[in-house]
Amino acid sequence: MQGNIAILGYGLSAIGPGIGIGLIFAAFINGVARQPEARGMLQGIAILGFALAEALAIFGLVLAFVFR
Amino acid sequence: MSLSLVGLALASEGESEGFHAPSPEEFYWPIFGSGDWTFTRPMLMMALSVLILGVLLVTLTKKAAIVPGKGQWMVEQAYDFVRNGIARDIIGSKDFLKYTPLLFSLFTLILLNNLFGIIPPIQYPTMSRIGFPIALTLIVYAVYHIAGMRRKGVGHYLSGMIPKGLPKPIYALIIPLEYATYFIIRPLTLALRLFGNMFAGHMLLLLFIMGGEYMLLHGGPGLKVVSVGSFLMALIFTAFEALIQFLQAYIFTLLAATYISDAISEEH
Repeated sequence: MQGNIAILGYGLSAIGPGIGIGLIFAAFINGVARQPEARGMLQGIAILGFALAEALAIFGLVLAFVFR
Repeated sequence: MSLSLVGLALASEGESEGFHAPSPEEFYWPIFGSGDWTFTRPMLMMALSVLILGVLLVTLTKKAAIVPGKGQWMVEQAYDFVRNGIARDIIGSKDFLKYTPLLFSLFTLILLNNLFGIIPPIQYPTMSRIGFPIALTLIVYAVYHIAGMRRKGVGHYLSGMIPKGLPKPIYALIIPLEYATYFIIRPLTLALRLFGNMFAGHMLLLLFIMGGEYMLLHGGPGLKVVSVGSFLMALIFTAFEALIQFLQAYIFTLLAATYISDAISEEH
């Protein structure tokens, strides 16, 4: 088998953001289901949270290619 | 299919047998020059995007009518989205007009450059070269720090970053953490998020299309059938990429607005 073990690090670093983004959008869907008129306001917050949580996975991806 | 794919196919045929997975080297496209002063393809595309945007925005809004035409309507929708949806909501109705031109330029420039990634004759997202997100981030970095310092004064601005009223020993931990957040982590993640998303998305498309091409041209009969699936995935991910590319342009602008708003708002 050939490959680069740094990619495994990316796999590991994607676990946390995966769970986090799931939680964020679960809360967003809950909020919209309870109060549909708040959708516009919640959407911006949800996407902001998504962007912040995603940063860790992006770090993992970039570092996987940096430390080859 | 496109220029880039033909180039990649030729490059991979020149090497030894077997499939070569796409690697970061495939993002380097020199046109002329060499060394540090090479003029590369993303540079050409960035210049092209500025030209397209400038011509488009000026011609479409030159004869602004009260009842807008199709083009004017589109520009107005985009401007309204940035002005009201991002700037006014985040920065607040008092200061947002000053920063709207910056945010609108950022949004349109990033959106067009991202969309280059799936527009057929180009198919290369400019932001998948790290230098371009870094340059944009430096502008945002300078703007929000200078705005904060001019609004509050340097000393007050720096002390305003630290939350007040915590137990004394906690400050040993909080002060370095807060300063690292404002001065290192925020710009770093802002640039890396845009770069990483565009890079990973383009890599994914390359993998599916190059893999499909390899299986179709060099594989056995079984692999030729499977290559249809690979091309199908490439199509699906192209549509998915369009969504990501819009979202990343939006997120970059949103975060830039958030940082500016954080810098100029009064103590929380």
